[in-house]
Amino acid sequence: MQVNEGFKPTIVAFCCNWCSYAGADLAGTNRLQYPADVKIIRVPCSCRVNPLFILRAFQRGADGVILCGCHPGDCHYTTGNYYARRRMTLLFSMLDYLGIERERTRVEWVSAAEGVKFAATMNDFVSTVTALGENKRLEDLRCKAN
Amino acid sequence: MQRIGVFVCWCGSNIAATVDVEAVAEALSHEPGVVFSANYQYMCSEAGQNLIKDAIRDHQLTGVVICSCSPRMHEQTFRKTAAAAGLNPYMVEIANIREQCSWIHKDKAAGTEKAIILGRAAVAKVHLNAPLVAGESPVTKRALVIGGGIAGIQTALDIADAGFEVDIVEKEPTIGGKMTQLDKTFPTLDCAACILTPKMVDCAQDERIHIYAYSEVEKVEGFVGNFTVTIKKKARFVDETKCTGCGLCTEKCPQKKVPNLFNLGLDTRRAIYIPFAQAVPKVATIDADYCNMLKNGKCGVCAKVCTAGAIDYKQTDQHIEEKYGAIVVATGYNPIKLDSFEEYAYAQSPDVVTSLEFERLTNAAGPTGGTLLRPSDGKHPHTIVFVQCVGSRDTSGCGKPYCSKICCMYTAKHAMLTRDKYPDTEVYVFYIDVRTPGKNFDEFYRRAVEEYGVHYIKGMVGKVAPQADGTLMVQASDLISNEQLHISADMVVLAAAIEPDKSARPLATMLTASMDTNDFFTEAHPKLRPVESPTAGIFLSGACQGPKDIPETVAQAGAAASKVIGLLSKNKLTGNPCVARSDEMLCNGCSSCEKVCPYGAISYEDKEFRMPNRTVAIRRVAKVNPAVCQGCGACTVACPSGAMDLLGFSNRQIMAEVDAICK
Amino acid sequence: MTNSQELKETLARISGVDVRKCMRCGKCSGTCPAYDEMEYHPHEFVYMVEKGEIEKLMASPSLYKCLSCFACVERCPRGVEPAKVVEAVRLLVIRQQGCNHMTPDQIPALLDEDLPQQAIVSAMRKYSK
Repeated sequence: MQVNEGFKPTIVAFCCNWCSYAGADLAGTNRLQYPADVKIIRVPCSCRVNPLFILRAFQRGADGVILCGCHPGDCHYTTGNYYARRRMTLLFSMLDYLGIERERTRVEWVSAAEGVKFAATMNDFVSTVTALGENKRLEDLRCKAN
Repeated sequence: MQRIGVFVCWCGSNIAATVDVEAVAEALSHEPGVVFSANYQYMCSEAGQNLIKDAIRDHQLTGVVICSCSPRMHEQTFRKTAAAAGLNPYMVEIANIREQCSWIHKDKAAGTEKAIILGRAAVAKVHLNAPLVAGESPVTKRALVIGGGIAGIQTALDIADAGFEVDIVEKEPTIGGKMTQLDKTFPTLDCAACILTPKMVDCAQDERIHIYAYSEVEKVEGFVGNFTVTIKKKARFVDETKCTGCGLCTEKCPQKKVPNLFNLGLDTRRAIYIPFAQAVPKVATIDADYCNMLKNGKCGVCAKVCTAGAIDYKQTDQHIEEKYGAIVVATGYNPIKLDSFEEYAYAQSPDVVTSLEFERLTNAAGPTGGTLLRPSDGKHPHTIVFVQCVGSRDTSGCGKPYCSKICCMYTAKHAMLTRDKYPDTEVYVFYIDVRTPGKNFDEFYRRAVEEYGVHYIKGMVGKVAPQADGTLMVQASDLISNEQLHISADMVVLAAAIEPDKSARPLATMLTASMDTNDFFTEAHPKLRPVESPTAGIFLSGACQGPKDIPETVAQAGAAASKVIGLLSKNKLTGNPCVARSDEMLCNGCSSCEKVCPYGAISYEDKEFRMPNRTVAIRRVAKVNPAVCQGCGACTVACPSGAMDLLGFSNRQIMAEVDAICK
Repeated sequence: MTNSQELKETLARISGVDVRKCMRCGKCSGTCPAYDEMEYHPHEFVYMVEKGEIEKLMASPSLYKCLSCFACVERCPRGVEPAKVVEAVRLLVIRQQGCNHMTPDQIPALLDEDLPQQAIVSAMRKYSK
């Protein structure tokens, strides 16, 4: 996996406020280390994440985007994570079509009690994305020029 | 253009140790719109908050970014600070540089760089923040307590005491829960029934408390202050209003071979029964699985002997809808099933019992009338072996990974009481650790050893083998003398781990309250909000939140009650202003948003729009009811025209954060 | 790195057991059918490995008294798998040149009509590399 040593990917993590963001906080409280490349954006629910946000992230040069929500059945808003799951399935098949590696995007369910899982997921995701290298396919070069 | 102030907190050394706070403040001061930037040791302290207030006034700030701990920790604090200085509280954004930065990174350069990026994202978001005003909703001044054990009873009594109406929903025919099955309670050895039954009677007599016994919660809708709950009242086949609890039917019923679940199947009862003498409500219940009349229409003895005419074979389940302002979960615990521990021969020998069964065998109201007799042959046991941690602290998958907390103490109690009543009995307790943190707990355990001569052996039982002569061969290790023991015992008592009641998981889904991996309800904050669920309006009482003994349960029940009282004494609740809003100029009335809304908060109205050339067009547009909307944002993504947006988490705000992070 | 530390790591690699998971309940020794034959008992194996006293274990005849019945593995509440530790110590010994406890040609003399095939295979695995 160590093909791209020195490469620091940019990774955007969307975390729902009730489960995954709390799980991320718990990982912090327990001092579970994961790479600083992960930057978390707090959203009320995984269903708030518009597929466009993910495309936007890739366009702006993100190398990986991960969406974390409550476990199925545990959504604070009852059904939000199911919507998110369906939308992401569609988006991912489109990303496939665009030629973006499937491994650059991921949906994970992390509960408020799963700090360990959060850290492990992030470690795994970062190493996967690091191995893939820079995202060039969807990057908007005009953005980069600025 | 906003005038933004950035405040970077050191959190003592929690942040400052791995993030160069000065560099963060300096870097963020160059961001567009930032007119003030400072760092301070503890932003949440009074001095820190004053620093923010002064800056808001002195620099006419219109937006505030605080780089500190998680917004789940101090968002409210800083919003109040901003409000006190005259700024709209929703103009505050927090960059989480503690839980999600300083605590998880060791490298200071990387931590600082990440903190700057997180701060930049928050600044970018604040640029697009708009002042928000929270709506208000009324509070239904009535509470629901789910579970009628000691936790539920105490919570209900305390809430009723403050003058509010409370309903208790209990799935068994009587309230009282596990405590009714206990004989004595540690460490004072009070009789459990003597201290519990008066409380049960208090519940029955308090006119503000309504007990739905033999009932279950079926559906929960609504939100804090305004829950609508459907309760299923299961058919008892006995009219509760007519039954006097005389018990004649329970004596005359010809179906005698029903396992008595109250005594954990150690004896039998009739098909029509009252669980125990002090049941509340004291009403008979017909067990439909065993009643001959209900099964094949041949019997009807109970109806004949009932002078009150209370028997009703045609009774059906009733569904009752009630409104509540707050819900308390008090679903309690159960001992685990011991099927996967075949080494202890629990299924093979009737003389291997669980501690709860032992409790019934020593209880004066139990199957043996309080005399300790072996279930197999009814003889006095002379050697009893207690095994602790059966399924507790077990990570192999057979049991539970946690400590069940109460077993050390009740085993000491059982051992002590056995030696007290039957001094000719040899009592062995096999333990891994004896855990006695509690008032007078360790003294109690030591008394069992020093005064009553209970043999405590550090080690674990590896095997229990029933012998031909009816005894049980217990093979165990004694770690201190480093030998393997073979004890010929008459009875073996297993301290089974406890687990949350099976009804808790589906209930949590209905309440959208979160649970941990062991199915215990999680609290809003493990230290500071131990009796509240993260879901507003849901409170936790007793062992549904984690293993607890009776004093702790009662304390938590009172705490939950006080939180409920605090909620119900408000006339209005301030809602969450971060709700969806539809831009009617963009909305094309397609109904996509309405379909995904889990709360039914979206409706449509026909609205007149002025069109060119002085014409008027009527268009159907979406309208969000802010009191009902909970702000999940499902509709914002479903909307094909981009008309729906979420206040506080708007499309543009999240995009700005994405841009700032990816820059 | 000290020798005992090295041994500990080799042992962890062979056995795949994390001895730190042990909570010292002694259920392994409570369940062991060969307990009385052994100088060091299953719980001691785990504890001594954690303390780094592996050389003592390697010198002990207890190694060959373990029946490999795996009762301790089955019953351990923490999933420590003491029998695998014993097996690993045994391997540490017999992997050294000339340290076979028994050679295959000695086995026919010890064969018993009633001995299950499984036990013979297990013995071969136990006593030689």
